[in-house]
Order: sequence, then structure tokens, then C-alpha cells
Amino acid sequence: MSKKVFTFFATRWGIITVGAVIGILASVLQKLGNPPNMGVCVACFERDIAGALGLHRAEVVQYMRPEIIGFVLGAMIAAYIFKEFRARAGSAPIARFILGVFAMIGGLVFLGCPWRAALRLVGGDGNAIFGLLGLITGIWIGTLFLKNGYNLGRSQPTHTTVGWLMPLTMLGFLVLMLIFPQIAGQDKNGVLFYSVKGPGSMHAPLIASLVIGLIIGFIAQRSRFCTMGAIRDFILFRQIHLLLGFISLAVFAFLTNLILGQFNPGFVKQPVAHTIGLWNFGGMLLAGLAFALAGGCPGRQLFLAGEGDGDAAVFVFGMIVGAGISHNFGLASSPNGVGPYGIPAVIIGILVCLFIGFTMRKQLS
Amino acid sequence: MSSIVDARGLSCPQPVILTMNEIKKVQKGEIIVLVDTDTSKENVSRAAISQGWTIKEVVPEGIGYKITIIKD
Repeated sequence: MSKKVFTFFATRWGIITVGAVIGILASVLQKLGNPPNMGVCVACFERDIAGALGLHRAEVVQYMRPEIIGFVLGAMIAAYIFKEFRARAGSAPIARFILGVFAMIGGLVFLGCPWRAALRLVGGDGNAIFGLLGLITGIWIGTLFLKNGYNLGRSQPTHTTVGWLMPLTMLGFLVLMLIFPQIAGQDKNGVLFYSVKGPGSMHAPLIASLVIGLIIGFIAQRSRFCTMGAIRDFILFRQIHLLLGFISLAVFAFLTNLILGQFNPGFVKQPVAHTIGLWNFGGMLLAGLAFALAGGCPGRQLFLAGEGDGDAAVFVFGMIVGAGISHNFGLASSPNGVGPYGIPAVIIGILVCLFIGFTMRKQLS
Repeated sequence: MSSIVDARGLSCPQPVILTMNEIKKVQKGEIIVLVDTDTSKENVSRAAISQGWTIKEVVPEGIGYKITIIKD
């Protein structure tokens, strides 16, 4: 018997609804305490997790973000309920790791991921326009490789354990947070680092972050929400399905920002942002290209990792390690501008992505 | 005689690219696409419909699905 091909979430109204829910909840998370124009940012939050673990010691960005934990676990719950959990791995994991590292390096030169690029724009930050243009350009370059046969090869079905490792890691992070909760005014409790000032010190209550993370993880897994795929599918196939979801996120976050008084238009003194247009563009070009070559935006990689994709999990770990590299070696930007080594790192990253794109062209029979 | 596209184990957007390539090649008739995730099942079906093809059948096969698409 044929299984129904499209569930509600796979329809046009399904993806629009999911984008709307994410957009509204992102703005609400900001109201509840998350940093400005950063209600949800996958790159920033993974960077904060790297800081909480001490992989870098940038003291303003250290917090074990429960949203990320919720994304993975919510996607896993959805995948199990709807019998979609499939442990799989083995599609060029090292290439995915490197792409994850450089995706993060590029993202932190801009100061955000595609989600935050949209949230910055609808929070009034004009600098996000350069980031979004860079993102589109990077993804466009990625589609040229895809058209010419670029692919990372096939994954293989594998032990269920492989699919569980990322969700278990996230569960472990949550347990650490409960054992070593934040103590007001202290930058460390047990093994976890916390920020006493800066964006890392700004966060919604743990339970709100976790529950909203679980909700977003659940509905994003069902709908296959992907911001990179949104732009890629439009360029490659002129298909607007995922794009409707991304636009819906931006529109509903904008409306929620208006209601909550979180819309402050301008270019200068925007929160957690700098005004160097060229490298806002360049950073996101690198990130977009890396996402396109790796087959998903950073959010999508978390949802895939939740449904058993071990290769997506490797990309996520690449991003977390990339955050450590970015902050330890002065690659990441700050509101004062790009880091001392940010520009060469972006150039090297683009060259690495081009190398991967040009050379990984196995004919698929 | 239908052609077969084996997209198992491939991540986005490869299953859709392979299906679209086959659609361009054969123009009409029947194509069988093998996929191993629900995401690929939806994406391939959506792409086929957008090209004016019809989903004749989707049946579970192995850990994934066998999708049969047709165009007269």
C-alpha cells in the first residue's frame, strides 16, 4: 500500500506555518532574555556552547544554549514518532567536518547564521543586507558545483547507536547544565563556563529556551525547514517551497518585533554587529558556500543529526570546533569590526571550499 | 521499460538532481526512483509533479521507498 506522500508539514501551508512559528518564537525568545536580533541563531549559539565548554575563552560568549539541545532532541522525538529515525553515516565525514569549521569561521566574521541574518534584517539592522547578499552569492557558487556533478557520495545505513551519539551528547550537555547551573556573578560553575557580561550573559530562562527549542526541532524535522535549501532550490530548480518558509520566518519575526518594540532601523550601533559591509558579505559568502556544499544550513544539520544522520552530526561538531578556532585565533568579528585574522581566514576558507567543490565529482551510476 | 534512478544514501539535493536529469533524458514514460529517507521521497515527488509527471506509486522498499513516476 502506498504511504501518503505529503503530510501537512510537507505542503506549502505547512512550511509557511513552520516559518511563522519559528519567526514568532525567535522574537519572543529575545523578549524573554536572549540577545538582541539573536532570538535564535544556530551559529552564535553553537559558538556560545563552545565557550561554555572552554573550547574558546572569549568571556562574553559562554553559555550552554538549551535551544540547540532542544533542536536536536525535538527532531529526534519527531523522527521516532513518525518512524523516520534512520541511523546513517559515511558520506565524506571529514569533508563535512572541514566545511563545518569554515562555515562557522565565515558566520562569525559576519556575526550570524542565515537565521540570524534574517532576524537581524527584521530587527532593523541594515548590515544584514550585505550578509544576506553574501549568503545568496555563496549558495549560488555552490549550485554551480552541484550542476557540474559535485557530491559527497553515498551514506550507508549503520548501527542505531551512531544516530544516537549526537542526541546523547546534547542530553549530556543538558545534564551538565542541571548539575552546574549558572551562579549569579560567577563566570564558572564546575566544568561549565558562563558569561557575566555580553551576549553570553543574555538568555531566556532555561525551561523556556529548552521547550521552544524542542518545539522548533519537532516542527522543523517534520517540514524539512532549511534556509540554505530555500535559496539553493530557487536558484537550481526555481522551486519556492522552502523559500516560502524562510520568508515566512522573516515576515512573522518582523511583525512580532513591531508588536514587542524590537524594531530599531539603522546601520550603526546595531546589537552584536559591525558595519564593514565587504566582510559582512565575504563572511556569509564563505558560510553560504560551505552550507551549500554540505547540503544544509546549520539548523537543518542539527535536525538531520536528530533523525540519525551521523554525517550531519560531524558537520555540527565541525562548527563547534570552528567556533573554538575563530575565537582562539582572532578570526571572529566583534562590534568593533573584523578580527585581526578574520579576512585571511575567509579567503583561505573560500579556497578550501573551491578545492572541495572542484575535486569531489564522483559520477553516480 | 522503465529507467531506474538509485538515489539511496544521497543527501539533498542529489536525489532531485538525478531525477530531473533522468526526466530531461527520457522526456516521457516511466521512471522508478529509489530513495532512503522521507525527505527525499517528498522532494523527488514534488520535483516530478513540478515537471508535469504523475506519482503512480510510492511503496516501502528496504529501509526506504520505491517511487514510480509516469508521464504519457
